[in-house]
Amino acid sequence: MYLVVEQLLNGLQFGLLLFLLAAGLTLVFGIMDFVNLAHGSLYMMGAYFAATFVAWTGSFVLGALMALGATLLLGIALEYAALRHLYGRDHLDQVLATFGLILFFNDAVRLIWGPAGLALPLPVWLTVPVQIIPGVYYPAYRLMIIVVALAVAALLYLVVMRTRVGMLIRAGASNREMIGALGINIKLLFTLVFGLGAALAGLAGLMQAPILTVQIGMGENILILAFVIIVIGGIGSIRGAFMAAVFVGIIDTMGRAFLPDLLRKVLSGAAASTAAPALSSMLIYLLMAIILVLRPEGLFPVAKR
Amino acid sequence: MMPKLNASNSVVALLCAALVLLPVYSAVTGNIFILTLFTRIVIFALAAASLNLIMGYGGMMSFGHAAYLGIGGYAVGILATEGIGSGFIQWPVALAVSALFALVIGALSLRTRGVYFIMITLAFAQMAYYITSGLSRYGGDDGLTVYKRSDFAGLIDLSNRTQFYYLCLACLFGGLYLIWRIVNSRFGLVVQGVRSNEQRMQAIGFHANRYRLVCFVIAGTICGLAGALLANNTDFVSPAVMYWTRSGDLMVMVILGGMGSLFGPVIGAIVYLLLEELLSQVTEYSGLILGPVLLLIVLFARGGIMGLLGRMRRA
Repeated sequence: MYLVVEQLLNGLQFGLLLFLLAAGLTLVFGIMDFVNLAHGSLYMMGAYFAATFVAWTGSFVLGALMALGATLLLGIALEYAALRHLYGRDHLDQVLATFGLILFFNDAVRLIWGPAGLALPLPVWLTVPVQIIPGVYYPAYRLMIIVVALAVAALLYLVVMRTRVGMLIRAGASNREMIGALGINIKLLFTLVFGLGAALAGLAGLMQAPILTVQIGMGENILILAFVIIVIGGIGSIRGAFMAAVFVGIIDTMGRAFLPDLLRKVLSGAAASTAAPALSSMLIYLLMAIILVLRPEGLFPVAKR
Repeated sequence: MMPKLNASNSVVALLCAALVLLPVYSAVTGNIFILTLFTRIVIFALAAASLNLIMGYGGMMSFGHAAYLGIGGYAVGILATEGIGSGFIQWPVALAVSALFALVIGALSLRTRGVYFIMITLAFAQMAYYITSGLSRYGGDDGLTVYKRSDFAGLIDLSNRTQFYYLCLACLFGGLYLIWRIVNSRFGLVVQGVRSNEQRMQAIGFHANRYRLVCFVIAGTICGLAGALLANNTDFVSPAVMYWTRSGDLMVMVILGGMGSLFGPVIGAIVYLLLEELLSQVTEYSGLILGPVLLLIVLFARGGIMGLLGRMRRA
């Protein structure tokens, strides 16, 4: 029972982390209609910046904040220098250009930080287990990820639904030409949204860094998960991204944790141990395929027109 | 009709001549490396050409095309491991399994359009990736060594570098000829018509998705052939062949060379893989140059290299 609670929390934590990544992706995708494969690179840069700045300053919080700022600036610079010329172009052009950026960032990181991965040690106050219900302990750091991600989700919701900038963002998502015609500085808005997306990716990267090693190409696997999430949730929908991320996080984690035992009850030991890892890795792709076959626009499609 | 002599046609003609004569050059200079390199390039050119059939002519942006490289490769590898070494069995099986996989994926994926199509094809390729990662009997994550190349009863010896190169080249030219015939047939014209205006084609009375699906299956089968060649070339096949960045590589080759032109993907594969190889000899950090080059090509050379050549003629 405790194991189930723990894995549920792990799933929630992973899902919320995925949400941070997916939210940025779906903002950029939904509003600017821009497919950014390099979003995973921004996630990786967030992790590398954090590992560096935390080592410099000796403070986890300060280093994390600096890394957040650095990713934000990097995103804005990237948008300003190259990507803004690709809005309105074919999705394929965007795929090719941002695929090139992945190659660039991977080797740039190798050049600057070397081929070996980095570790980002946690401060002592985040390593203690916290008792969440009597008898059940959960790592403080993972709990912090849940809290931070929920706070960011709430903040994002407030900004998008309750502020003027949010109104423009939503307007941009449903009709780009119209808000341009209304005299809004759409270029500036796009740059801001892209920067926000980059910062969210950076935040996901730096928070994941102490759990996994910081390494080259770390964004590539998780980027595809983020794409899966925005496609399941419906492109451009923050709410859809949130639901789908939590859903995918829990399914993925629970599948990895419990599928092997379940299979062993049905299949022979050897067959189960062969099938289980493959099946649990495939689970979310299977889920996405089923959802898309049934609902080709995702679960929460943004109303167009 | 005689093809007009212009920049792009001259380049293509020169290129074909160079590809045919490459083993002679290799034999004369004793440069074996270039033959090995170009065997690989020719195989990837075939895979890219098959992707171009659905992407360039059919408007279907498949982001999971590398799956067929793996499926064709694993068909050869698994049969070889089980003691069935004859190419007359291995290759038809590789083609049939690829076709079947494409039929299932295509039938499901073609219910969606645009970005959703990109993502669902990617999802299926990732599933294939994880399935092969789980095949512990056939190497799992580590991949499968093919100890003996396909055996064609002495007709052709795949372990002979030159013979194998010419076999790959024949497959490439055969594939391109097939694609050319398809594109210019009634069937191909319907597929291209569906790309430009699906509703109109539906209204005239064509079942758009059936045409698309057949086209999708043909492309998958051709790529499965490239997979069988690739497994024989490297004597190895692994799940990594199907990872999404591999599909990205194939897409890059098509777009780089020029989507929707017959020889574009061939030029794209040559330029991309040569660039990769040359840069890796100069620097450890080839992506630092290759990445921005791709970006610049997208920004300034729309229509890829074939597009550039086409503009040169008019200038």
